[in-house]
Amino acid sequence: MKEISNYEPQIIAFCCMHCAYAAADLAGSSRFAYPSSLKIVAIPCTGRTDMGHILKTFEDGADGVLVAGCLEGRCHFQTGNLYARQRVEHVAELLDQIGLEGERARMINISAGMGAKFAELANEFAKTISALGPTGLKKKPASRELPLPSGKIE
Amino acid sequence: MIVADQKPIEDIRKMLKGKKKVLAIGCGTCVAVCFAGGKREVGVLSSAVRMATELEGEPVQIDETIVQRQCEKEFIEHLGDQLGEYDAVLSLGCGVGVQTLADQFPGTRILPGLNTKFMGGPTEQGVWEERCQGCGNCLLEYTGGICPISRCAKQLMNGPCGGTDEGGRCEVDPDTPCAWFNIWERMDALDIQDQLMEIQPPKDWSTSRDGGRRKIVRKDLQKPKLDEGS
Repeated sequence: MKEISNYEPQIIAFCCMHCAYAAADLAGSSRFAYPSSLKIVAIPCTGRTDMGHILKTFEDGADGVLVAGCLEGRCHFQTGNLYARQRVEHVAELLDQIGLEGERARMINISAGMGAKFAELANEFAKTISALGPTGLKKKPASRELPLPSGKIE
Repeated sequence: MIVADQKPIEDIRKMLKGKKKVLAIGCGTCVAVCFAGGKREVGVLSSAVRMATELEGEPVQIDETIVQRQCEKEFIEHLGDQLGEYDAVLSLGCGVGVQTLADQFPGTRILPGLNTKFMGGPTEQGVWEERCQGCGNCLLEYTGGICPISRCAKQLMNGPCGGTDEGGRCEVDPDTPCAWFNIWERMDALDIQDQLMEIQPPKDWSTSRDGGRRKIVRKDLQKPKLDEGS
C-alpha cells in the first residue's frame, strides 16, 4: 500500500443515464458525499462502454474507472449491463497483464433510487484506488491515427 | 472467413522490445468481423501495449491505422510513404496480411500481432468454429454438406471411428460433435443416405498442402499483353 499525502485518486465513472446517473444526482441532492475527484460521464447504457473507452481513460490519466449500470435484469435495453460486466472483467484481466491492478476497473449495478448506495460504493471504490495509488502513467499527447486514403472503416 | 486471435500481450511486448515507434495496422475484412484485428481491437491492443511499455520504463509510441484488406497490395501501398518513420509495423491482419505487408515493404520489420487459427465462421455469438481446411478438392457433395476433413479429428473419409459416444460426441473433446454422426443424421433427413454406400476412390491429397504451395492462375483475368509488332 502506497502512502501518498493529499492524494486524490482521479476516477471516471461511466454512468448509465437510466439509473446510475440519476442515482448520482440523487446522492448529491440528498447530501450524500462522494469524492469530488470522481468525474461522471453519462452514457445511454453501460452496454455502450467499449474496452477501448476504459483503456484510453487510464491512458489519459485516470487512476480508476467505475462503470455503473442498472440492476441486473433491469437494464433499459435488457442485457446492456450484462455485456458491460463481461467487458469490465476482461479489461481487469488485461490491466493485470500490463502491470496495472485489475481492481482499478470495477462494474457496479444500481437503480435510480439508490442515491445513498451510489455514494457508499463510490467512496468504497475511491478508498480502494487511494490504497493502490497513482497508476504511474504520465498523461501524454494522444497517439496518432493515420488517415485512410479514402472512405472510413468502422 | 479467416479466424484469428490476438497474441498474448506478453508475446507482443517481447516482439517490440527495443522499438521506439511502431505502427499498428488493422485489417477491415475477416479479422475485423471475428473481433481480432479491426479498428477497435487495434485501439485496445495499442492502448494496452503503450501502457505496459511505459510502466516497464521503456515506452513505445504506437500509432494506429487500418486498411480495408491487408492481403492485397492495392489496399496497403499508400502506407509506403509513412513507414520510414517507424521502427516496426505490428500487423493485426492474418498471416496473409502480414506477408503481403512484408512483401510490399521489404525494408520494414513487419511483426504479427495475431495468431491465425482457421477458416470458419461464427456458430453462436462469441464462438467461431473451423469449417474448411482448403483441401483443394471439395467433397461436401458426398457428405451432406458437412466436412469430415475439418470437422473430424482423424479426417476420416469412410464413416466414424470407434470413438463416437452414444450421443454422437467425439472422444477427442466431448464438446465436439462427431462429424460422421452428423453426416449420417443429415443424409438420413435428406433421404440420401444410400449415397454413402457408393464407393469413393481414395482422396487425391495433391490438391491439398501435400502438393506444396498452391497457386491459382486465371488467364482470363490477367493483364492482357500486346504482341509487339501487331
